[in-house]
Amino acid sequence: MTQLALVIDLNVCVGCHACVISCKEWNTSGNAGSLSDLHPYGKDPTGTFFNRVQTFEVGEFPKTETVHFPKSCLHCEDPPCVPVCPTGASYKREEDGIVLVDYDKCIGCKYCSWSCPYGARELDEKQKVMKKCTLCVDRIYDEALPESERKPACVMSCPPAARLFGDIHDPESDVSIAIREAGGYQLMPEWGTQPANHYLPRRKTRMTIHQDELVRADNPLNKEHYAEPEFDDPSLDDVTSW
Amino acid sequence: MQDNTITPDDHIEVKNTTCYMCACRCGIRVTLKNGEVRYIQGNPEHPLNKGVLCAKGASGIMKQYSPARLTKPLLRKKEADRGDSNFEEISWDEAFSILETRLTKIRETDPKKFCLFTGRDQMQALTGLFAKQFGTPNYAAHGGFCSVNMAAGMIYTIGGSFWEFGGPDLDRSKLFIMIGTAEDHHSNPMKIALSKFKRSGGRFISINPVRTGYSAIADDWVPIRPGTDGALMLALINEIIRLGLYDREFLINYTNSAELVNIDQASNTEGLFVRSNETFEEGCYDPQNKLWWDRHTNTEVPTRTPGADPYLLGEFETSNSIPVKPAFQLLVDRVKEFTPAWAAEITGIPEETIKQLAHEMGITARDQKIELPIPWTDTWGKEHDSVTGNPVSFHAMRGIAAHSNGFHTIRALSILMTLLGTIDRPGGFRHKAPFPRPIPPCAKTPKGPEGVQPNTPLAGMPLGWPAEPNDLFIDEENNPVRIDKAFSWEFPLSVHGLMHNVITNAWRGDPYKIDTLLIFMANMAWNSSMNTSEIRKMLNDKDENGEYKIPFIAVCDAFQSETTAFADLVLPDTTYLERHDVMSMLDRPISEFDGPVDSVRIPVLPPTGECKPFQEVLIELGGRLKLPKFVDEAGNPKYRNYPDFITNYETEPGSGIGFLAGWRGKGGEKFMRGEPNPQQWEMYEKNNCVFHYELPRSYQYMRNFNQGYLEWARHHRLTRYAEPITIHVYSEILQKFRLAAQGKLPGKQPPNHLRARVETFFDPLPFYHVPLETELTDTHKYPLNAITQRPMAMYHSWDSQNAWLRQIHTHNYLHVNPKTARASEINDGDWIWVESMHGKVRCMCRYSEAVEPGTVWTWNAIGKAGGAWNLDKNANESQKGFLLNHLIAEELPRTGNGPHLSNSDPVTGQAGWYDVKVQIYKAGDDEPEETWPQFDGPKQSIPGVKPRKRKWLSYFAGKGENK
Amino acid sequence: MHPAFSVILLTTLIGMGQGLFLALYTEQVYSSLQVLDASRDGQFYGIGSAIAVVLLIAGLLASFFHLGHPERAWRSAAMWRTSWLSREVILLPGFIFFVFLYGVTHLFGLDTTIMNIGAVAVTLSLVLGMIATALGFLLFVATGMIYACIRFLQEWHTPLTVINYLLLGTASGFTFATAYAAYYAPELVSFYAGWAIVLTSTALITRLSSLIRNKRLKPRSTLQSAIGVRHSGISQQAQGSMGGSFNTREFFHGKSDLFFKSIKYIFLVMVFLIPIILLAISFYQPSKMLLLSTITVQYIGLMAERWFFFAQANHPQNIYYQTIS
Ligand SMILES: Nc1nc2c(c(=O)[nH]1)N[C@H]1C(S)=C(S)[C@@H](COP(=O)(O)OP(=O)(O)OC[C@H]3O[C@@H](n4cnc5c(=O)[nH]c(N)nc54)[C@H](O)[C@@H]3O)O[C@H]1N2
Ligand SMILES: Nc1nc2c(c(=O)[nH]1)N[C@H]1C(S)=C(S)[C@@H](COP(=O)(O)OP(=O)(O)OC[C@H]3O[C@@H](n4cnc5c(=O)[nH]c(N)nc54)[C@H](O)[C@@H]3O)O[C@H]1N2
Ligand code: SF4
Ligand code: SF4
Ligand code: SF4
Ligand code: SF4
Ligand code: SF4
Ligand SMILES: [Mo]
Repeated sequence: MTQLALVIDLNVCVGCHACVISCKEWNTSGNAGSLSDLHPYGKDPTGTFFNRVQTFEVGEFPKTETVHFPKSCLHCEDPPCVPVCPTGASYKREEDGIVLVDYDKCIGCKYCSWSCPYGARELDEKQKVMKKCTLCVDRIYDEALPESERKPACVMSCPPAARLFGDIHDPESDVSIAIREAGGYQLMPEWGTQPANHYLPRRKTRMTIHQDELVRADNPLNKEHYAEPEFDDPSLDDVTSW
Repeated sequence: MQDNTITPDDHIEVKNTTCYMCACRCGIRVTLKNGEVRYIQGNPEHPLNKGVLCAKGASGIMKQYSPARLTKPLLRKKEADRGDSNFEEISWDEAFSILETRLTKIRETDPKKFCLFTGRDQMQALTGLFAKQFGTPNYAAHGGFCSVNMAAGMIYTIGGSFWEFGGPDLDRSKLFIMIGTAEDHHSNPMKIALSKFKRSGGRFISINPVRTGYSAIADDWVPIRPGTDGALMLALINEIIRLGLYDREFLINYTNSAELVNIDQASNTEGLFVRSNETFEEGCYDPQNKLWWDRHTNTEVPTRTPGADPYLLGEFETSNSIPVKPAFQLLVDRVKEFTPAWAAEITGIPEETIKQLAHEMGITARDQKIELPIPWTDTWGKEHDSVTGNPVSFHAMRGIAAHSNGFHTIRALSILMTLLGTIDRPGGFRHKAPFPRPIPPCAKTPKGPEGVQPNTPLAGMPLGWPAEPNDLFIDEENNPVRIDKAFSWEFPLSVHGLMHNVITNAWRGDPYKIDTLLIFMANMAWNSSMNTSEIRKMLNDKDENGEYKIPFIAVCDAFQSETTAFADLVLPDTTYLERHDVMSMLDRPISEFDGPVDSVRIPVLPPTGECKPFQEVLIELGGRLKLPKFVDEAGNPKYRNYPDFITNYETEPGSGIGFLAGWRGKGGEKFMRGEPNPQQWEMYEKNNCVFHYELPRSYQYMRNFNQGYLEWARHHRLTRYAEPITIHVYSEILQKFRLAAQGKLPGKQPPNHLRARVETFFDPLPFYHVPLETELTDTHKYPLNAITQRPMAMYHSWDSQNAWLRQIHTHNYLHVNPKTARASEINDGDWIWVESMHGKVRCMCRYSEAVEPGTVWTWNAIGKAGGAWNLDKNANESQKGFLLNHLIAEELPRTGNGPHLSNSDPVTGQAGWYDVKVQIYKAGDDEPEETWPQFDGPKQSIPGVKPRKRKWLSYFAGKGENK
Repeated sequence: MHPAFSVILLTTLIGMGQGLFLALYTEQVYSSLQVLDASRDGQFYGIGSAIAVVLLIAGLLASFFHLGHPERAWRSAAMWRTSWLSREVILLPGFIFFVFLYGVTHLFGLDTTIMNIGAVAVTLSLVLGMIATALGFLLFVATGMIYACIRFLQEWHTPLTVINYLLLGTASGFTFATAYAAYYAPELVSFYAGWAIVLTSTALITRLSSLIRNKRLKPRSTLQSAIGVRHSGISQQAQGSMGGSFNTREFFHGKSDLFFKSIKYIFLVMVFLIPIILLAISFYQPSKMLLLSTITVQYIGLMAERWFFFAQANHPQNIYYQTIS
């Protein structure tokens, strides 16, 4: 069985929001569209987005880490948002594990959003239906696109390539390898929702300096210390005979 | 599943062009559905962004269809005040004839009364050409308030610089130190490179008072007190020299470290290099006629004498009895007292950390050497089997540039990079064509007012690179010729001008009154001015006769900005999706480390309304004003339009050099140089809008002294000289200005009131001084440094009209370390006052542990004036957002009757944005919960600007709603 | 959570409707079993049922206001196998239907004896009422379970939620019945008042238990588990949208702490304290006005209780939406 997912590498995410906006622009004119915005030029502008980037600070100055944290629907393997939906509008696809909403069936009761611990669903306040990340299902299978572009919009755009996309059930996929090798983890594991999306933690490269690297044999200063004496400069030979 | 919103009736087109949501210039692929933008994606075949796209780039749709767009030429109504945005619509014909009449008269009488200043544009080659042809010296772009310290500090030292001209080779680097950079021009490429670097195990250290953005993913964050990096750099140099961690071979062969400097205090040539008698042709290069002290023969020898091994340290006396020291010894003398312990006091960085930094740099550079099997030949004819490198790299930007001590800080940084031997070598700093250039580059301004003559092009460039005091652009009385006082004794090396002083100077009539100010793509009534509230008053100020002090202001902008409100004449520009543009080798191209790259924009959409590209405006005006380069012998316009101009313009008839380097020659068979090619645009279009020439591998490194490269560059006319570009660890150029100030150098002499200033700041070796403004501040009253940063998802003031981006940053906070805030009894989220000695603003406080406690910061230019950008009156930008610029003065506090001095670096005129000191305190409970100051928006709608409507925006391409 | 007025109305109105019906039916069963003397005519049950139906339909209507697409509401019956909301959607009309039949049977004298078990005559209305009662109880369970089944909302994820829905619904229904009786069958006032006091007091105990339980709850999700970073000092700087989002509107009550706390005391007084006192008084001294006020006070209190029920639930998603900058 396939389970498609995003793996987000917090080690290189710089919090640039590229994924946020490319998601919006792809989806607003696609199958999920339009994604409406309320008060677009007024007070407290607010709109429907499938993906948001948040920022957290960890620790006290000066030992502070700033963590940029993108979050979209995690396509849980056991998605609590699905069984609660009274209409069946929310469903998880057998074939690839993508959790989707059928906008034609959704009655906008919001119940599924209550049942998502991650706050990953957003009601489109204009269309009054529930929306969420589709894993760009209308891109990844689109044969009109070149193979290399059959990826989610956010993955394509992410400048530091912090977003990986693939099948986490295939142990040889890039995402599985990344999860395995870089310590990929799930959000709020306490709920047993088994999010398909994983996050890769910060990793540090440090340098240890050994004393002998500082006291060097090849110290170029050694070349500066002594001026070569002239042949005729006085020496012990001139004053003693032993 | 596929995108089933597309029906067979829909018309889909895909076009390539270049993004201009910021200065980075990524390649984009625009999909149109029924003539509306469906999707913008990064062009995977583009060398710069390789398919990725940032948030700004991805929100181009909302810029294109923004309700803040100007769509008609506008004239201020007679009865209306500037700032009221009370306009009537006029035709382009009227607009042109207003400009033509006015400018013809100015050009016939005194061309310098016309000033053309441009902001974050990418067409300085054309705007500069226009100004020069017009005959006015009063032209500059954003460089002076942006990062000229970076350009000047590095170019006067290594012949190239960060910014668009060079960068860190993160592919091969092992240790990367980023200093004072939040986002920068190399936006996407930097992100791509940083991630690859980190993933391949590179170590990334960020030196910054704040930890956000790039710094967030640094392995180590070194918080520093703003304005003190100079001290840090000097201490690093000190420690690296103390432990012998520098690259001696590099210093000897490629820098002036071993060259002997006259140290005879009595001499008029004190501080200059002692030269051999060998004579050299005058030219724009550094003659190789200096001396070394050879350790084998213990005598002076001409540099590079075969077999000689010069001392870097010591004190000697030449055969002519001149006491001399190698330049390196002078550097060592200089940094002796600048120990890590000394710097720790100033920077707030623990001594141990400073030492650790120096050790990591030195050891990585020396013990992880790179050797690439690439043979190359140096300019002295020596053949090398391989290219070697030391994998320590740096990047720095405005965090060190935008301080009034930035020039010397950046000199120190360049010297640090040089000591580590990392200039244009693998894993270190790498140049990008057309750099490296001679030190200094050859372009010069006229040397006096005689260069400005009626009906005549300027006798020189409006901006240039002074090599000695005689290059200054001043009159007999030492008065500046330029309105911004660039290239005067106040700011001798102000190579990018001082745009931030133009309005104040013009308003005051100091050094003279002007007539017409044409502003292109700069929001000078808002975020690119310091002292914004006062500047807005000056723009609207009248003299005793009721005439405006700045008689005529024309603004070319694409949006209803704060500045358009103050225009007499508004010229509506197209967006980047609607026009041709070139990112030219004559300006700042998008070159890669491996060779020159230039690129173009090709319209994917027709202009909106009456919008006209500013390029077309200039070409048309050039024809009407009969500027020589724009008309034929008969005086008729030479070019049909801008694309025609780009294709056919040559710098000189038959030069074969034009704006674009690719596909030149009749059939596109030549590059860099060649006859105009009528098919050039098409060829760019077919090639992703990019021309990329990859240099032979042996030309890709050590380009300051790479014979193959320099000859290639000379052959292709990137430069006139193929002489080596020796790195100026010691700057003789600066010393010449100092000698003039000491009265030791014949020729131009600073006026007495500036002698001490020039003598102090034109030090041939870097030193640390407290920023000028800080020096004049009561730091007990105003203890905190206030700085700004660029958010990654916003470009200056452009994007508040962008419905998607403004949801991410719709207002801003002042970020304060909780310790600092609590000391003033300020809670997270409180309304507070931030006050400098120049003014105050009210805003909201946000606690942050990611900021050094002596610093407060905010996102730049998020706050907006009420009603600007066609936002609702109660929009967050104006009600909760604020602009720090109200607190920053464009001039230093005046001492007595002294001159008005710009708040700028005394060497380069770089605006000292980040020198301001502030205090913070809680706003009263009775005060309104809105930011202060507040500005009224337009009372009436602006012709051609869509009315603010729409509670909802539900963009769906292809429905014909936005055509 | 952000309490939606429509949902407050929905749950309180149908709870009271269910309770009222149960009160009527209890009385009928008691009468059939001759615990009470059977002197009520069909009208008493008929009008009472009609009122219950009105309350239930009002609740149903209110629920439509909560939907983005009420015209598609019919679809919501689809997922009864997994969704308590779907089950409620089926049970509510079913219950209304049987209450309606029950009322019609009484009102139009259609009641006939089907069989006799001992001395007890099993009539048509008794059977219909039995079915309605079963549905009513199931409906209480379904309504309660809609909330109780969401395990992330720890405040709700307890049997107490179902019990409280049941007890608060029946208590308010019996109080209503007491007032109703004051008009139509004054002899039943003390019967109903007695039950109402018992139910209200029991509800007080279970509601207090849930308050105490909730107070002791430790959120299972923390900032640490939410973003996967192990450190005790994490704080949010930005949530990615400064003008708010669905997540900030739907899951936060947006009221001050003081308001929140006062609502708690208000509902404790209005749902429990005052009604119990007033019911006790009417137990001895029946008064129409007094009983009318009792049910009014209790109902308003219940709305406050329901507001508090929603507002108190702290959704783990809120961890992600604490700060803007
Ligand atoms: N406090 C503080 N102030 C700063 C800085 C800081 O760090 N702190 N940074 C400084 C720096 S480095 C810079 S470069 C300046 C930038 O300052 P400016 O050069 O003033 O840049 P913008 O504010 O973006 O304004 C440029 C104008 O260009 C317009 N524009 C956008 N697209 C187009 C187009 O296609 N055609 C035309 N004609 N106009 C267009 C916008 O509407 C806007 O009015 O700000 C400076 N100001
Ligand atoms: N998204 C986006 N990208 C942009 C722009 C934009 O507006 N938006 N503007 C473009 C332009 S015109 C420019 S000039 C570049 C500028 O790009 P940057 O040079 O990155 O400019 P700033 O945002 O001013 O960042 C200055 C950084 O220096 C730090 N800093 C301040 N003072 C000091 C100091 O004394 N020492 C040290 N070590 N650090 C200090 C600040 O905390 C901040 O992180 O960005 C370009 N790119
Ligand atoms: S685009 Fe990539 S780097 Fe930028 S915020 Fe999203 S995940 Fe992070
Ligand atoms: S993240 Fe939320 S919406 Fe997405 S599948 Fe999991 S529970 Fe459902
Ligand atoms: S809002 Fe739509 S998708 Fe969610 S539970 Fe209701 S019907 Fe299902
Ligand atoms: S996968 Fe597609 S829908 Fe999901 S966040 Fe990325 S761009 Fe948006
Ligand atoms: S960095 Fe972003 S805004 Fe700038 S040119 Fe590239 S895609 Fe466009
Ligand atoms: Mo800039």
